[in-house]
Amino acid sequence: MKKTIVFSASSRMAAAALCLLASAPALASESNETDATTADTIDRAETLGSDAMALAEMDEGQGQERADDSRRFFSPGGRLLLTGGVTQIEGAGGGGLAPWALIGTYGTRDQFGASAFATGVNSEDFSLSAYGGTIAYGNRIELSIARQNFNLNAVGAALGLGRTFTISQTIVGAKVRLFGDAVLEQDSLLPQVSVGVQYKDNNQPGVVIGALAARDDNDFDYYVSATKIFLSQSLLLNGTARATRANQFGILGFGGPTDNSYSVQFEGSAALLLNRHFAIGGEYRTKPDRLGFKEEDAFDVFVAYAPVHNITATLAYVDLGNIALRSQHAVYASLQFSF
Amino acid sequence: MTIAYRILPVIALSIVAAPALAVSNEPAVSDPSIVPSAPTLPVITDDENLLGQFGGREGLVRILDNVMERWMANPRTRPFFANSDRDRVKRQLVDQFCVIMHGPCTYDGRTMAEVHRGMNVSEASFYALVEELQITLNQLDVPFRAQNRLIAALAPMHRDIIDR
Repeated sequence: MKKTIVFSASSRMAAAALCLLASAPALASESNETDATTADTIDRAETLGSDAMALAEMDEGQGQERADDSRRFFSPGGRLLLTGGVTQIEGAGGGGLAPWALIGTYGTRDQFGASAFATGVNSEDFSLSAYGGTIAYGNRIELSIARQNFNLNAVGAALGLGRTFTISQTIVGAKVRLFGDAVLEQDSLLPQVSVGVQYKDNNQPGVVIGALAARDDNDFDYYVSATKIFLSQSLLLNGTARATRANQFGILGFGGPTDNSYSVQFEGSAALLLNRHFAIGGEYRTKPDRLGFKEEDAFDVFVAYAPVHNITATLAYVDLGNIALRSQHAVYASLQFSF
Repeated sequence: MTIAYRILPVIALSIVAAPALAVSNEPAVSDPSIVPSAPTLPVITDDENLLGQFGGREGLVRILDNVMERWMANPRTRPFFANSDRDRVKRQLVDQFCVIMHGPCTYDGRTMAEVHRGMNVSEASFYALVEELQITLNQLDVPFRAQNRLIAALAPMHRDIIDR
């Protein structure tokens, strides 16, 4: 059973990596709006086929990009590209590490939105795969579920668990936008503010409680996020405060032998929109240190690419700090599909 | 914790200085029951460099010619223009954008609140209109950051435009 999960997770990672590679040529030849949008063109051709009026209006516009106008059940059109963020490692809409106040998917105030994601994180000593899905309504509420598989490899060997040991956890999340609109309210400094909760259930209590001396194998994280897009500067800033007892996101359980209380941790993100399809940025996330492993803060630098509303690819370098053996530098690749 | 947290407040502070400079000569509201929630003419600069990046007033004319075809071709925006005097709408948008960017133009149209009353514009249609404009601006080689300055000036008008 465990083997199957591991296999399916790693094949997802491979698929994500392949897709990223496939999008690399487009990465190089951006700025050319007509090249980057084959999918848009196909969508448009279909829409036009059913709209004789529009067809009559379009003389030679078919080879040109148009805003998404395909007839989609969930979020036809939707918010501006990249303004829904991507899916962070725990399944919430955000960056790679931190949840943002933005509600995931591109759904507007009267629309449903849905998305699915697969993420792979690979370092010298371990690999982490995560996948899951999100539904959102009305740019107000976001519900997500994610599964993380942490393949310990060398870390497992160091802990005496063998090189093929896997710890998994399931994360169920909910986020509600309280007030503000990060995109529309450009004449105000008031950020978009959301609160969220993540319930995490670790599948290896024998290891995280028994061997590592964590207190629990499941727990709730609570967070509040404030996000603002300064459009005139093409800049997004996010700050998140999280109350948590999680060791390494919960993969190593919750609480420790001497300290089992919640602590407040901070997560910051900054992203620069380079054009309609590309953003680059960095994130920083602090973590508690309860298991005596000198757990350290994590940070990343990323590039996100959204050729159309349906697809966002993210590639990042992540430094997860010291985990068991040494400082862990990892490549992070994520693919998100939105509907 | 280190550097990121020390830099971020500095960036945030330097951004605060950016918003609209002044609201010049807002159009009169003919129906007193309509109270605009955002200015129609939020001038965002005190020189014409920004307008220059759009090709001046002539550039705006080309931009509106281009984007109006897109708005008419996109089923999400077409209904709002199909039965209008599109040449007049284009001319007024040229003047509005021109004034916002401190250009030598005069806007003689009505407030956004009045123009959009009863049109039942959805947020999705609003964003579709903005995206078509972004695509036009890309095609006509307006720098991305200049585009965003104009769009940032227009965004607060959502309060007078979007009904649902």
